[in-house]
Amino acid sequence: MSMVLRRLLTAIPTLFGVVVVTFLLTRVLPGDPAVFFASNPSMSAADIAAVREHLGLDLPLRDQFLVYLGNLMHGDLGRSVATGQSVAAEFARRLPASAELTVAAFALAVAIALPLGVAAALRPGSPVDHAARLIATLGASLPSFVTGLLLIFAFYVFAGIAPEPAGRLAPFMVEPERVTGFLTLDALLAGERATFAAALRQLALPAAAMALFALAPLTRMTRAAMIATLGADFIRTARAAGLSRRTIIVTYALRNAMVPVATTMGMTFSYMLGANVLIERVFSWPGIGAFAIDSLINLDYAPLQAFMLVMAAVFITVNLATDLVTALIDPRAAR
Amino acid sequence: MTRIARHLARGNPLDLAGFALFGLLCLTAAFGPLLVAHDPLATDAAAMLQPPSARHWFGTDQIGRDILARVVVAARLDLLIAAGAVGLSMVAGSIMGAFIGYRGGWADVVVSRLVDVMMAFPLFVLAMALVAALGNSVANVVYATAIVNLPFYIRLARAEVRLRRDLGYVEAARVGGAGDGRILMRHLVPNIAAPLVIQGSVNLGWAVLNAAGLSFLGLGVRPPAAEWGIMVAEGVRFIASGQWWIATFPGLALMLAVLAFNLLGDALRDLLDPRLRT
Repeated sequence: MSMVLRRLLTAIPTLFGVVVVTFLLTRVLPGDPAVFFASNPSMSAADIAAVREHLGLDLPLRDQFLVYLGNLMHGDLGRSVATGQSVAAEFARRLPASAELTVAAFALAVAIALPLGVAAALRPGSPVDHAARLIATLGASLPSFVTGLLLIFAFYVFAGIAPEPAGRLAPFMVEPERVTGFLTLDALLAGERATFAAALRQLALPAAAMALFALAPLTRMTRAAMIATLGADFIRTARAAGLSRRTIIVTYALRNAMVPVATTMGMTFSYMLGANVLIERVFSWPGIGAFAIDSLINLDYAPLQAFMLVMAAVFITVNLATDLVTALIDPRAAR
Repeated sequence: MTRIARHLARGNPLDLAGFALFGLLCLTAAFGPLLVAHDPLATDAAAMLQPPSARHWFGTDQIGRDILARVVVAARLDLLIAAGAVGLSMVAGSIMGAFIGYRGGWADVVVSRLVDVMMAFPLFVLAMALVAALGNSVANVVYATAIVNLPFYIRLARAEVRLRRDLGYVEAARVGGAGDGRILMRHLVPNIAAPLVIQGSVNLGWAVLNAAGLSFLGLGVRPPAAEWGIMVAEGVRFIASGQWWIATFPGLALMLAVLAFNLLGDALRDLLDPRLRT
């Protein structure tokens, strides 16, 4: 328990640093936000000054930071210049789309990588092992935005079996009642089979493109960790003691190999958050990454700032969770 | 060099492929502009959106430019960006990491905290914001990629130096009258070079991906310059109408380049640090 507390405490200064960095970054970004708000060309210098004052941009940097911090505490992430909407509301609408995509891709990657890595480690030099190594090497070289495009070409343009890569649901379909925000789950909860299938079809290609990207490090680490564990003395002892093959592999070897694998999972998940931006762009996925890119191009910084903050917060949470899971698997890591 | 040759002769085909691909890439980057049959920037209204043919092996884009020529010429820019970024962050990061690892104290605390904060951002997102903040140019893509990679080198150099700073040879140098600067630069840094070089070679593939991803989003390199990421971006809107070659060939070139760097990184790691072999 003290380990959990200690770990939580170390996250606080990092989180504070993240807030400072995102704050400073938007202050050095080009363009005067007041001029954007005062987009009417007939506005005089005095009007612009009034807008600056209204936005608090005339305050000293330290006070601006305190205001920003105060707003954050109230869950206020600022206002988008382009849409005029509050960024927090827009994020609440878009976050489930990004989360559903990332979680689906991650689950897909883990479901393939773990069995593959274990199978490869059990029979080094076999065809399965070679396939695993090929995936680990090739997968790490695939730019996710290129694989995404190739998947679109192969399955939508050429084979015609995938839906148009535009959003989470075909435009004529009605979204299910929002419970979790995950369209697939919501459709299931509402008992709408057809909507579920349609949402799943939209999700398949982007999730596959992201999963390909995550497959490589997961397979590689599972294989390496299993090989190392299977060579350990306690496995030899377990074999000599006549334990069943299943007990040895699952209970003894896999559990011990899971520590580095869990760490890699955390890292991979975090990397996927970054890759999200590109995939969402390629598939016109209405998530927060696509939103951040659009705002960046429009010099609309509040959404970008919020995006970086949310990403960093998720990142820190994932790292925290990884450490806790690692400690659960192997209490020695908790020291 | 002989060690590399002997290792290759023992024949791990993947390592061999890595070195071969890397050599091919370097040659393309060096001599590519001399080899191509078409001007990579010349437009040709009579030959727009042509599929691959004997005249245009990779086809032509929406304004009739030869895609093969553009893919080949782009190698130089893409590799220079990646090599520049990795070189910068390796040198700066190693020196900073070695210094704080050797000295400890408040500099160590401050830099380590900053590194923690940087690592809390997804790197690609941080690079994106940095390019936006620094200004949209190729040089700034190099700097941004270098900056987001600094933490890896700082952490690695710091850890390696901390392992060694009290070893016998450092002690001997100190007794011999060497100052801190000399011990650091002449005795410690050469001894930690191997892991840093391995990190660098693994990093190169990532740097290529990062830079191409940025220009895919419209950050950094600007049209009409030939660069793989931007060429893929230009081909996106033609995918749906079936003109796959515009985005696919630069995409494949990008993949091959990253693959070459990753294989090279693995080979170097096996070579320089047999303990890490998997």
